[in-house]
Amino acid sequence: MTGLRYVYAVCRPFGAPLQSQLKGVAGDPPRLLTHHGLIAVVSHVPERDFAEEPLRRRLEDLDWLTETARAHQSVIDALTVVTTPLPLRMATVFRDDSGVRVMLEAREDDFRRTLDRLTGRVEWGVKVYVEAEPEEGDAPVSKPASGRDYLRQRRMRVRTNEDLWRQTEEFADHLHAALSAYADDSRLHAPQNPALSGVAGRNVLNAAYLVARKDSEEFVELVDRSKDESMVSIPGIRVELTGPWAAYSFAGEET
Amino acid sequence: MTVVERREIALVDLLDRLLAGGVVITGDITLRIADVDLVRIDLNALISSVNEQVPSPWGELL
Repeated sequence: MTGLRYVYAVCRPFGAPLQSQLKGVAGDPPRLLTHHGLIAVVSHVPERDFAEEPLRRRLEDLDWLTETARAHQSVIDALTVVTTPLPLRMATVFRDDSGVRVMLEAREDDFRRTLDRLTGRVEWGVKVYVEAEPEEGDAPVSKPASGRDYLRQRRMRVRTNEDLWRQTEEFADHLHAALSAYADDSRLHAPQNPALSGVAGRNVLNAAYLVARKDSEEFVELVDRSKDESMVSIPGIRVELTGPWAAYSFAGEET
Repeated sequence: MTVVERREIALVDLLDRLLAGGVVITGDITLRIADVDLVRIDLNALISSVNEQVPSPWGELL
C-alpha cells in the first residue's frame, strides 16, 4: 500500500511486539521505522484524506475527527503497554519513509531528552466541576409575600451561587497545588465547554499531571480522598479523574 | 498499579490531548492545528453534536 505516512509517536526500541490485531487510522496496522536508535511508529494513510487540503476539511468533520482520534489513541495506548511513547500531535503526516527519517534525524537530540524526562511516567487528568443552583425558574423556598421579599430571595440565591463559585475555586486551587507538589510536572488545560463535553456543571479545573508509574496508585488515592472531602464540604461539586494517559500534555519542551 | 477500568474515553478529554498536546512537528504535509483552527473545530463540533431541540448558544458567532 502506498500513500502518505502518519506518525503516531517516537520511542526507544522495545522488546515486546505490538498486539497483532492493532489497526491505525484509516485501518492500516502501524509499523516501526527504526533510525539512529529511535523508532517512529508509522502507518500508511491515503492522500484523499490526509493531503493538506482534504485534511483541513476532514478535521472539521466531527465523525471523521472522532474516528481518527480514537484510532490514534488506540495505537498510543498499545505502545504505552510496552514502552513510554512520546506522542506526536494528531495528524502529523509525511510524504514517505525518507521524510520520516529526515525528521527523526533532525530532532534526534530533542527526542532523546524528552524521552528521558518521560520514561516510566504517565499522565493523569483531573477535572473539577460545580453545579450551581439555578438563579431563575426554580421553585422559591417560600412563596414571596411581596416584591421586596422576592428580590431578597433572589439576592440570596445569587449570593449562594457566588459563594459556591468562590468555594469551588479555592478548593480547585488547593487541590491543584497539592497534586502539583506530588506530581513531577503539571499543565492546565482550558476549561471544557459544557455544551461540547455534554457534562453538567461548570468546569473549574482541567489539569494534567505527570506521575511516575510507581507513584500512580498513591496519586489516585490522593485524588479519591480529596473527592470525598470536597463532597462533604461543598454541595454540587464533582472531581473527575481520567487516565493513565501517555504523556500527551508533557510532550512539548519543558517550560 | 491498579487496573483502571476501560471506560470509553470522552471525546473532549481525548481532543484536549490530541489537538493541544503531543510534539508539534511540521510534517511534509504542512498542516498546523493552530488555535484558530481549534476554535473553529470546536464550534463546528458543537453544531453537529447539539441536537435540534437545543439551539446553539453561539449562533451569531458563526
